[in-house]
Amino acid sequence: MLDFPGAKAAFTSRMEFISPNAAEAVPCFRILDDLGRALDGSDIPEVDSSLAVKMYHTMVRLQTFDSIFYEAQRQGRISFYLTNIGEEALNVASAAALTKDDVVFPQYREHGVLMWRGFTLDEFANQCFSNEAGHGKGRQMPIHYGSEKLNYFTISSPIATQLPHAVGAAYGLKMDRKNACAVTYFGDGGSSEGDFHAACNFAAVLEAPVLFVCRNNGYAISTPACEQYKGDGIVVRGRGYGMTSIRVDGNDALAVFKAVSAARKLAVEQSKPVLIEAMTYRVGHHSTSDDSTKYRSGEEIAHWRSVRDPVLRFRRWLESNAWWSVEDEKELRGAARKEVISAMNQAEKKNKPPLSELFTDVYDTLPRNLLEQEATLRDTVSKNPPSLAPH
Amino acid sequence: MFPGIVRSSSRHLPCRRSLMTVRDALNSAIDEEMAADPKVFVMGEEVGEYQGAYKVTKGLLQKYGPDRVLDTPITEAGFTGIGVGAAFQGLKPIVEFMTFNFAMQAIDHIINSAAKTYYMSGGQIAVPIVFRGPNGAAAGVGAQHSQCFAAWYGSCPGLKVVTPYSAEDARGLLKAAIRDPDPVVFLENELLYGENFPVSSQVRDPNFTLPIGKAKVEREGTDVTITAFSKMVGFALKAADELAKDGIKAEVINLRSIRPLDRETINASVRKTYRLVAVEEGWPQHGVCAEVCASVQEETFDYLDAPIERISGADIPMPYAANLERLALPQIEDIVRAAKRACYRSK
Repeated sequence: MLDFPGAKAAFTSRMEFISPNAAEAVPCFRILDDLGRALDGSDIPEVDSSLAVKMYHTMVRLQTFDSIFYEAQRQGRISFYLTNIGEEALNVASAAALTKDDVVFPQYREHGVLMWRGFTLDEFANQCFSNEAGHGKGRQMPIHYGSEKLNYFTISSPIATQLPHAVGAAYGLKMDRKNACAVTYFGDGGSSEGDFHAACNFAAVLEAPVLFVCRNNGYAISTPACEQYKGDGIVVRGRGYGMTSIRVDGNDALAVFKAVSAARKLAVEQSKPVLIEAMTYRVGHHSTSDDSTKYRSGEEIAHWRSVRDPVLRFRRWLESNAWWSVEDEKELRGAARKEVISAMNQAEKKNKPPLSELFTDVYDTLPRNLLEQEATLRDTVSKNPPSLAPH
Repeated sequence: MFPGIVRSSSRHLPCRRSLMTVRDALNSAIDEEMAADPKVFVMGEEVGEYQGAYKVTKGLLQKYGPDRVLDTPITEAGFTGIGVGAAFQGLKPIVEFMTFNFAMQAIDHIINSAAKTYYMSGGQIAVPIVFRGPNGAAAGVGAQHSQCFAAWYGSCPGLKVVTPYSAEDARGLLKAAIRDPDPVVFLENELLYGENFPVSSQVRDPNFTLPIGKAKVEREGTDVTITAFSKMVGFALKAADELAKDGIKAEVINLRSIRPLDRETINASVRKTYRLVAVEEGWPQHGVCAEVCASVQEETFDYLDAPIERISGADIPMPYAANLERLALPQIEDIVRAAKRACYRSK
């Protein structure tokens, strides 16, 4: 038996290299088939009609918000937008499996998690229009949401920086003996960052209660997954770090709900990290700064948008339980559209944040140099044409 | 016992009992703050079992256990991000970098995650974190272990940046930094760790802090102002001794704080002396001295009787050979010559 400090393993006299990939890829857990029917032998999680309908409502509201606000950017009403299309089930079902005390560290394509937790359409709209009602005080670009109250940490643009943050926060939760875990989301592209490696390794070594949820949606802007990594996706890396891991069908709301619930239990009860690779597809462009038809076919996009729509798949399951009808659908779609448009119009009309919020929150208390700068700025503004005056 | 705070370590021979090394000053500051607040914890490479690469965290693992003194794997980016995340969650981490040169691997987390988050989150997420470790040149450690980062961090809104010189500075400023709700970059100096300074009983008090943002006039003078921080304060004081022999009374200002910079103290001094020599160990372009010069030029222009002199390290990566290293760094003679130039005493 090997007794080197680095590993405890048996010896072998046969030189055998481990092949780069196992004979078969890690299987992908699912409960519903592509048409929303429970597969034979499936163990359906405890999702009653009210929970299922609430999840569906949120998915539809998210889808509606995304499509209307994407168009708003195209019309020049906001500067930037990024959609979650194709990942609604992953967003909402994972959020539904968590408690409100679990702290979320998102990348940026997880608006559905925030919506589930209670961020209102007005709050979303206010942030996108960076008006004075937005709690963010107009500091961040659109879709960079954050809510201390809802335990959703303000979005940080650099990719994967939230991964070690989540581990640190998980450590804090463990020190405070809280019945909660940290949950962090990232994409297939984000898993290439150095921060991913550091966070995973650390989480395992520190025994931090954190869930790493990889939204493997096939693309990192234009880089397809086959150019992002050569291994079997992200799930196989878990074992490399000594971390429990699972691959799940991210477009199957029930499978996501079940896997995240189980992972959370493990993380909180045993204070261990868990890696969940949720396979999905990014139906929308990376953002409004991207035109993905330049690097993938229209047919591919259309296929995933229609036949493989996770929202439709979940709806089919609801209908099979007689929890949803065509009338319900018509009513919800109409109401959601109305609510989103109303939120948008109201947010657009509001004033932008006042000058008084330009210099606050740089430090805990306003330092003298910023007080001086503000005074100078106010002086300049008062002596100049009204277009400079921020009210 | 000695009454108050002695200004220059070179002018007195105080009783051994009242001496303290900078290392012990830092160690005692961390120890006391950890005892007072269970949210304070230490993380970094070699800080625990090894007692600290420079022994600054000596004894802390034994006293507080592995939950509060974390030996981290080798990933500055990783443990800095984790420290920031812990601060987001309400803990108060003290993150040690073996040297701030290595912190460059973590600089995204220091700037984008720590410095900017309070502002970006609209005041919702505070980051009460301290980043500390040796900064600037040591002795014979070459280019990748000798860079001074005061100017880089000093330019970032959202950070506070302090540079202690004496044991009193080290204790007072570190305690203040740990208690501060904002992220603080605490730039130490390896060569100062072992240096003894006299400290009063007031400095030894567990509640002793120094305000961040206030410089200290280490030595009063009337003829020329010399600003410096960290190790260069010692050099400036020795230069002042030399200058005194020629009848030039130099006023030496220990900046103590790079951000916020105590422009008031600097400018008040120049309004008294009319001449300024700004000293730093780091590179000249866009350095701390450039900011000092700009401030004095803006606020005290009419008082200046001579152009401002800047003494800084050579504009090169640090060479290793001892003679070359000495040539690349400011020496006491350089400060003396600059002061005399400012006083029109020599070329």
